[in-house]
Amino acid sequence: MTDKFVSIEAIAKRYPGAGGVTTTIFENLWLSMARGEFACVIGHSGCGKTTVLNILAGLDAPSEGAVIVDGQAISGTSLDRAVIFQSHALLPWRTVLGNVAYAVSSKWRSWDRARVKAHAQTFIDLVGLTGSEHKRPSELSGGMKQRVGIARALSITPKMMLMDEPFSALDALTRGTLQDEVRRICLETGQTAFMITHDVDEAIYLADKIFLMTNGPGAVLAEVVENPLPRDRGRIDLHRHPLYYALRNHIVDFLVMRSKTFAAETPGHDPRNVPVVRIGKPGLTIASDAKSEPLNETSWPGLARPSTSS
Amino acid sequence: MTASLRLRAGLVSIVLLVAFLGVWHLAVRSSAPVTTMSPEYAKLMGLTATQGKSAMPGPFDVGAKLWEHVKSPFYDNGPNDKGLGIQLGYSIARVGTGYLLAVLVAIPLGFLIGMSPLLSKALDPFIQVLKPISPLAWMPLALYTIKDSSISAIFVIFICSIWPMLLNTVFGVASVRKEWINVARTLEVGTIRRAFTVILPAAAPTILTGMRISIGIAWLVIVAAEMLVGGTGIGYFVWNEWNNLSITNVIIAILLIGVVGMLLDQILARFTRMVTFPE
Repeated sequence: MTDKFVSIEAIAKRYPGAGGVTTTIFENLWLSMARGEFACVIGHSGCGKTTVLNILAGLDAPSEGAVIVDGQAISGTSLDRAVIFQSHALLPWRTVLGNVAYAVSSKWRSWDRARVKAHAQTFIDLVGLTGSEHKRPSELSGGMKQRVGIARALSITPKMMLMDEPFSALDALTRGTLQDEVRRICLETGQTAFMITHDVDEAIYLADKIFLMTNGPGAVLAEVVENPLPRDRGRIDLHRHPLYYALRNHIVDFLVMRSKTFAAETPGHDPRNVPVVRIGKPGLTIASDAKSEPLNETSWPGLARPSTSS
Repeated sequence: MTASLRLRAGLVSIVLLVAFLGVWHLAVRSSAPVTTMSPEYAKLMGLTATQGKSAMPGPFDVGAKLWEHVKSPFYDNGPNDKGLGIQLGYSIARVGTGYLLAVLVAIPLGFLIGMSPLLSKALDPFIQVLKPISPLAWMPLALYTIKDSSISAIFVIFICSIWPMLLNTVFGVASVRKEWINVARTLEVGTIRRAFTVILPAAAPTILTGMRISIGIAWLVIVAAEMLVGGTGIGYFVWNEWNNLSITNVIIAILLIGVVGMLLDQILARFTRMVTFPE
């Protein structure tokens, strides 16, 4: 109760369908995040992930329920919550500097041109785009465009960042570099971040907390998986951590099998008290883990050895 | 490669022009048999009857007459004999006035309709009915209500150039990408600032395309309108020279109407290029 920076309380989203039938994407969804926490949401397409993010951003309104950020119920969009869009959403008629400056001058209306420019430049430098300030988005590669998107989101010094599959359109190499950058920036600035992803490894690398959502319609938040990996994890030896594969297998198992059957198999699921899964910690193993133990043993040699990651 | 392509295309253009002028020249050479008649009667009959000259002027006749017009474009010898520069000036002024009025109405109105799904749906039937009406059909109504032929012509230009601009503005504004709007929303940009910093630049290429279509239509319509209202203008000039049976002047006017239309289109094309952004 004390450290709920973000609290999503009993929200639902329904759409009126054909013939008076309302489609419920999700209902009675509860979710909370602490300040400075990095959370990832994983689930199949159509489970309402993006809707949750849009509601959190204020771009969409829930049919029921409320969202509380930093002690206040949100109504509409806010400069406190920056969004990094999947399709980068840069304004193509503005330069890199123009796009970032647009955000800066929106937040600080009274600033003069020079001050806005200097502030925007700091964030362009931060994402490593020094020298490309005067290029148009059409002249940039996909990765560079998304860097501008990140610079724009950060430049307004938001209280939290919302990311809707920000790296899904990028190639693997660029994605890796940008994940490193986002992780570094979030840790340095203590950002609270909420990210939607399809990429299990991305979630493991970036997140402190992973929200698993079942398939829609009628999607529910099934589990909150706490990332057992140390906070100063490195990309290089991530997969050598003894709990890495246990965590990965748990998420993949959920996505492949349990996301479809979760609702039917778990009749007593309380959306208000979603089970928190702590991989590798004794006493909190869950059913699916216990069943697949022998299989994990063989494909999981790291567990027998002492940890190689610091 | 591109330079040589342009060079070759230019060459082909010149060859085609020369071929056209050649065929024209040959086609209008003397044809009819010459009949003998008394000199007084011959004066009345003109060169066609006396020398077997074709009634259709050749390229050299037109060229010579055009040179006369170019030398003194702004002479004014009374209501039925004004220089081509003056006549074109009247037409351009009418088109300019009607067109600018249409811009002032169509773009703000298109913005409102484009941004409001309610207005868009409510006004759609009116626009659909009004749009296909030939602008000249408004002429009697305009003459009756306005009681001034010159202003009526301007009104006709206004009514014909408003639709492409209005519809393109509505379409451009309504189809601004959701994500750009969302960017403005997450930055808490107010409605007015959003309209000018996001919607206007995003819709500008579509709006300018509508303006380009409109200026083309306006220039088409002014000739017909001026034929009806009379007095001044290039359309009146064409009709007046037809009544004078000066086919040479009619051809010159046709040529000039084409050239001015092209220039107007090019000006708008240049503006369109200025606001177009690559994605």
